[in-house]
Amino acid sequence: MTAALPLVLTVFVACAVEAIEALTIVLAAGLTREWRSTFQGMAAALIVLAAIVGVLGPTITLLPLTALRLVIGALLAIFGLQWLRKAILRAAGYKALHDEASAYLREVAAAKAAPEVAKRGISDWYAFTLAFKGVLLEGLEVVFIVITFGDNQRNLGAAVVGAAIAVVVVTVTGIAVRAPLAKVPENALKFVVGIMLTSFGTFWGAEGAGVKWPGNDAALLVLVPVVALVSLGYATWLRRVHRLSQAAARPPTAFSETEGVTN
Amino acid sequence: MLRALKSFGAFWYDFVIGDDWQVAAIAVAALALTALLVHVAGINAWWLLPLAAFAALAWSLRRATSGKS
Repeated sequence: MTAALPLVLTVFVACAVEAIEALTIVLAAGLTREWRSTFQGMAAALIVLAAIVGVLGPTITLLPLTALRLVIGALLAIFGLQWLRKAILRAAGYKALHDEASAYLREVAAAKAAPEVAKRGISDWYAFTLAFKGVLLEGLEVVFIVITFGDNQRNLGAAVVGAAIAVVVVTVTGIAVRAPLAKVPENALKFVVGIMLTSFGTFWGAEGAGVKWPGNDAALLVLVPVVALVSLGYATWLRRVHRLSQAAARPPTAFSETEGVTN
Repeated sequence: MLRALKSFGAFWYDFVIGDDWQVAAIAVAALALTALLVHVAGINAWWLLPLAAFAALAWSLRRATSGKS
């Protein structure tokens, strides 16, 4: 169980971030439209996601471990670098921070404007499709992480446990507060997930290509902090560049106003 | 049918590759080079992929922040 702990924790954090985004959409659909159709949409998406894990999970484990690590490692490294790129741009101020409260308000406004139409036995088709799409799209990222991490470690069960705990914790908290989880440090969590995905993807991809890491699995204990340090370094450097360019673009009147206040 | 296939392909492209396809291309090229170095030249190039990942990230961030991506 101790050996599976890093796997469970990594999958837990990654899946919690996705679950928070899905919760925002479900709450917007349920509170502004109708809960019955929202739950039906959510249930339909969960059934599709469970089928994908049920079919893909065991099928992928049939591949030889080297080929699996090469393909999954490459995918995970690409996926992780994409997360990390966005997280660094957000941390440096070049991209707007992901804000669940404003995302919620946008969804609520759209949900209020849409007409109520009954279709295929569902009383509110808009609420159904909104919940279905939200849970399916965010859930696909969860499925990707569960299958890649679980299959690579040959421990799909532990990965499923990590994801399930994340979904339950986020759902229970969401039900308790009946509002989007805006206070969760989502952007910081996304940064951490990007670091973990990139580190594991790099490690497994290189192993799949035939590399023998110095210290075997213990190399991850060095790789993860190095990826974190380099990423934080990029974020700090870009934040500085961004501040300097903003200061340079500021009109001269703003400078004289500030001067007046400080003097 | 063709439209559905197009949007299916676009979804997976956006899902895996994301905003910058060149990062994905560098990662794949670095993996291929690592395999070549290991299996053909007999060099245990464990350092290549992390270095390529850091370089790809720096290049992509530079282009994104200078408005060239």
